[in-house]
Amino acid sequence: MEALFAIAIGTLTSCAVYLLLRARTFPVLLGLTLLSYAVNLFLFASGRLVVASAPLTDQGIEHFPDPLPQALVLTAIVIGFGMTALLVVLALRAIHATGGDHVDGGER
Amino acid sequence: MNHLPIVPILLPLIAGSVLLLSTRWPATARHAFSLAAVVAQLAVAITLLVMVTDGPIRVYALGGWAPPFGIVLVVDRLAAALLVLTAIVACASLLYAVARDTEAAAPRFHALFQFQLLGIQGAFLTGDLFNLFVFFEVLLIASYALLLHGLAADRVRAALHVVVLNLIGSALFLLGVALIYGVAGTLNFADLARVIPALTSADAPLARIGALLLLVVFALKSALLPLGFWLPRAYGAAAAAVAALFAVLTKVGVYAVLRVYPLAFGPQAGELANVAEPWLLPLALATLAFGALGVLAARSLRLAAGWVVLYSVGSLLVAVALFSADGYAAAIYYTVHSTLASAALFLVVDLVAADRTTAGDRLDAADAMPHGALLGSFFFFTAVAVAGVPPLSGFVGKVLILDAAGAHPAAALIWSSLLGAALVVIVAFARAGSAVFWRTVPAPAGAPPPPRPSLAALAAPAAILGCVAALVIWGGSATAFAQAAARDLDNPAGYIEAVLGGDHAQPDDRRRLR
Repeated sequence: MEALFAIAIGTLTSCAVYLLLRARTFPVLLGLTLLSYAVNLFLFASGRLVVASAPLTDQGIEHFPDPLPQALVLTAIVIGFGMTALLVVLALRAIHATGGDHVDGGER
Repeated sequence: MNHLPIVPILLPLIAGSVLLLSTRWPATARHAFSLAAVVAQLAVAITLLVMVTDGPIRVYALGGWAPPFGIVLVVDRLAAALLVLTAIVACASLLYAVARDTEAAAPRFHALFQFQLLGIQGAFLTGDLFNLFVFFEVLLIASYALLLHGLAADRVRAALHVVVLNLIGSALFLLGVALIYGVAGTLNFADLARVIPALTSADAPLARIGALLLLVVFALKSALLPLGFWLPRAYGAAAAAVAALFAVLTKVGVYAVLRVYPLAFGPQAGELANVAEPWLLPLALATLAFGALGVLAARSLRLAAGWVVLYSVGSLLVAVALFSADGYAAAIYYTVHSTLASAALFLVVDLVAADRTTAGDRLDAADAMPHGALLGSFFFFTAVAVAGVPPLSGFVGKVLILDAAGAHPAAALIWSSLLGAALVVIVAFARAGSAVFWRTVPAPAGAPPPPRPSLAALAAPAAILGCVAALVIWGGSATAFAQAAARDLDNPAGYIEAVLGGDHAQPDDRRRLR
């Protein structure tokens, strides 16, 4: 399962980097979203991956995941969502203000 | 329990929330409320500063959850000094915004301004890495909105770069946090300082990657060179009062370097000792040189002021990169000085631009300024402060940095870069000043002269310049304070003891979770 998880994070990150380098606002926006998915999964994995166990803790269970990264991921998701919403509005504004969707503006 | 350490977070939060609902208030009531809130923050910050100057480090455990498990706020000398600095700059720039009445007239400006302060002051107070991330995000999202205020095309373009870069920076921050949490099992600064030296050689490389990722993020926030190109244009495009407050923002990145690396990755950190040292000094020197050249190359005063921020970040990260008590002391003194000087510069440049009807802030020949003598003297004193020429505090700060670098192996390089960059900045300001104030053409007939700037608008930069002068007049006490704060940083045992106390859970207790 660790291998699958790592491959998923790696795929998401490489897609994100590719999209970020497109330098058009909409691909950049999608790239940032994918990057934040990858980062959230990575953050989640920092509490170690555990299968078939209690989600937090239980009496008598020896091997359970660390709950703190789950809280960190929740916070990161909320913040990332807010930032993405802001960037969507900003990208639309930029098209109106500069007449193009290139991140440097101007070019059509 | 004394709740004062959390007030610098609660006060702007409450004031900002009230101001969000205040769209139907008369403008004067909104201005007065917002000004009262920042003045109250200044009072709280000064009280905290007095408390920690002679007393112990104050630790505030939220909800009474004992560290390292709960969230803590820590007020030491460095944090308290930066809180006071933030509050002073906030008071002056808000006063300026209200006096000029261009930005402050917009209904959400005051609320955003308070949320910006919430993020900055929270970042200075927090005692763990994750809340540092959270407060970074709070201050960033407020800063995007403040930067965009007015939605002029150049602001939108500059803001798009800033937002995208900082979102990537946030992703890297989280990766660093996750790596460090994965191996150390804690994010509390004081607890990290105890766990990191004990890492096994299998875990240490992961923590090193995490620490260097964090350095990349802090470099982006503080606009260290390969990651600093966004800054001059964004700050140059922002409204003057906002840009003046933004002068504090880069210092948050510098503060994060000062807080995290000496404490958790300092000389005592075993395999990870001095992890940032090989990177920080060369990059800081490059930033210094590049910033100075940027000031020289800028074709407008606002852009020059933006490059000055880069230049001052370069000089103070040189001091941080020495990783010695003297270096920290110089960095702390110079942080206070350079923030005040850049904030004053943004305000004065705006006043000058408003007084030149045809050329604005461009370095072109234009008709003579109606209030050239008054604004010229403001510009002169600000330039003296920025360039680090005696008698103002820039000179003291420079001397402290040069003195701290004396024993460093690369002293010759550091000295020549600092002095050479200072010379370039002096030349740039001499040229800019003569271009703006002396190279005049006859005024076009019939154009009404711009009005004299109001007293309140002049009082804002004057107050900041007064603080710069006070840093020299009481230079002895200011330096002694900076040295005391630097000793705290150089000897983290006091900080760790204050946060974790005597009997706390051993790190192994949490390893059981794995």
